[in-house]
Amino acid sequence: MTASKKTKTNKEKKRTPGKANGSIDKERARDLYRMMLLIRNFENKSAELYTQEKIRGFLHLYNGEEAVAVGTIPHLSEEDNLVGTYREHAHALTRGISAGSIMAEMYGKQEGCSRGRGGSMHLFDKKTNFYGGNAIVGGGFPLAVGLALGDVMQGKDNITCCFFGEGAVAEGEFHESMNLASLWKLPLIFICENNLYAMGTALGRSEAVTDISRKLDSYNIKADWVDGMDVLAVDKAMTEAVKYVREFRKPYFLEARTYRFRAHSMFDAELYREKKEVEEWKKKDPLVLFYKRMKKQGLLTEKDKEKIAMEVDMIVKEAVEFAEQGTWEPVEDLTRFVYSEPEEGE
Amino acid sequence: MAELEFRNAINQAIDEEMSQDENIFLMGEEVAEYNGAYKVTKGLLDKYGSKRVIDTPISELGFAGIGVGASMNGLRPIVEFMTFNFALLATDQIMNNAAKIRYMTGGQISMPIVFRGPNASAGQLSATHSVAYDAMYAQFPGLKVIYTSEPDDAKGLLKSAIRDDDPVLFMESEQMYGLKGEVSEEEDYTIPIGKAKVKREGSDVTVIAHGKMFHVAKQAARQLAKDGVEVELIDPRTVKPLDMETIAKSIKKTNRCVVVDEQHPFSGFASEVGYLIHRDVFDWLDAPVVRVTLPDVPAPYSKKLLDEWLPSPDQVIDAVNTVTYRK
Repeated sequence: MTASKKTKTNKEKKRTPGKANGSIDKERARDLYRMMLLIRNFENKSAELYTQEKIRGFLHLYNGEEAVAVGTIPHLSEEDNLVGTYREHAHALTRGISAGSIMAEMYGKQEGCSRGRGGSMHLFDKKTNFYGGNAIVGGGFPLAVGLALGDVMQGKDNITCCFFGEGAVAEGEFHESMNLASLWKLPLIFICENNLYAMGTALGRSEAVTDISRKLDSYNIKADWVDGMDVLAVDKAMTEAVKYVREFRKPYFLEARTYRFRAHSMFDAELYREKKEVEEWKKKDPLVLFYKRMKKQGLLTEKDKEKIAMEVDMIVKEAVEFAEQGTWEPVEDLTRFVYSEPEEGE
Repeated sequence: MAELEFRNAINQAIDEEMSQDENIFLMGEEVAEYNGAYKVTKGLLDKYGSKRVIDTPISELGFAGIGVGASMNGLRPIVEFMTFNFALLATDQIMNNAAKIRYMTGGQISMPIVFRGPNASAGQLSATHSVAYDAMYAQFPGLKVIYTSEPDDAKGLLKSAIRDDDPVLFMESEQMYGLKGEVSEEEDYTIPIGKAKVKREGSDVTVIAHGKMFHVAKQAARQLAKDGVEVELIDPRTVKPLDMETIAKSIKKTNRCVVVDEQHPFSGFASEVGYLIHRDVFDWLDAPVVRVTLPDVPAPYSKKLLDEWLPSPDQVIDAVNTVTYRK
């Protein structure tokens, strides 16, 4: 092994689904499947731990939407910024934040990525330029524009990638941010995770124009949409998006049409949609579809699937153990970090 | 010392800081090409260019949040609001993000950002343009709040605010921008955040007043002196963190206190200061603290009603007479 390979630890590589380039081979097929399965299992485990009251507060799960995070985030470089929503465990995992520190965060332990201060809805990790975990719908838009402006002012070539649900386009912050991102020609990719329901409100009940990408015409932002249940389609669309933004230094808008299999949060009787509709969408399960396709192409085998399932189980198990063994921040620290404090040793 | 208008003192503070640190930039409505709605930012566009002096559309929520994002990314934005009455539209970004992100991330993210502009009433502008918001922001842990009354304080404190690693709300007044005052010519003059100033010494009663109300209290003090009542006038300058030490020291001397505040009475600055005085120096008080505030009424347009609405020197004199049992 060469020195350079050694310094770039395989740990990082294992966590993220390979180098995204819009093409597929056996290794990438395994990586993409592994990441989607990790998200699925991590979310299912989180739901279980929620019922055991290990995780408290609000918990919003990503089941069904895995292809969006996994098809997009690996296209970002380490220096690029990511702004997420309150349904962001998948983005944090895909970005390379360890499953253990995410789980510990949801337990409220100080080993959590936000020191147990934020919980499920406020995952942050400065090291990976992961800026939330933004739990006020729409609140992440201006932050993303500001991060991009900051990069441009500092002469950096980074991209900022901002995720949000289709419900957020009803917020004023969406419109103010789109206008300014376009007006100031900032390198941003806006990814709309359109899962059809803003909590319990169907798109048609909240928007006068339901074709979201049409809204971007008025901001002169190039927009496209993609089947968000198909990880390879998302991967391809994101390849285009990144190419466009890196080349033209202008914002790009990608709507991923997807579906949330589980309830909005853990307190949701789902009276706003038919069971049949959910079952129909489950036929488009991104994991199932991807596996079938890869198997047909000879890029994934039953044996790969079993092996990946074991690997993922181990990661989730270790994450839970890590969280269980985590420690509580001492109550004396309650007032820390309200304001800046001198660096240790200063 | 040099005599400067309030607006020029602020301009100097921004200019000096921008010349020393290229991470500082200024954004807001009309700050660049128009030279500032109140000419506070005059000349800065010419000097620093459009990359660092940025005109925004009328999108308070958007550009306040963009400032927060840029701050998280290592810059030091100064966000100007044409008035804090318009900043209400930006409160999600100020109160939820600027104030809380450091805490919520366990100290991972620093938030150096200044939100500045005029606060409170400015003549006959009626209800939507006349509110003092300093205590509202001071409610929120994570924010620092400054509301200055004189050019010298404005210059020294704004420079400190720009250098601070926490979000600072820095408040001015449309009616004070033309106010002249002596400003220190000391090189790199700063005033620490959180330090009050005794601006008039006196032994009979402590009067606490900040921002525009400082000048109302000062007029009252002059009048009272003619009647033989010596007011010790304290300008807290910083609302949060509040310098209770200076206030307590003064009350231990005078044993009486009046708080003058251009906010509505409920949960305002005066109610908080009143509580803190009772907590810290109750045993030294010879009379209950009296406050002079706005009534619990929105600002009227009519001149006659407005004059009745706004705290006046006469009301301060009445309050002083109450705590000194002269009436």
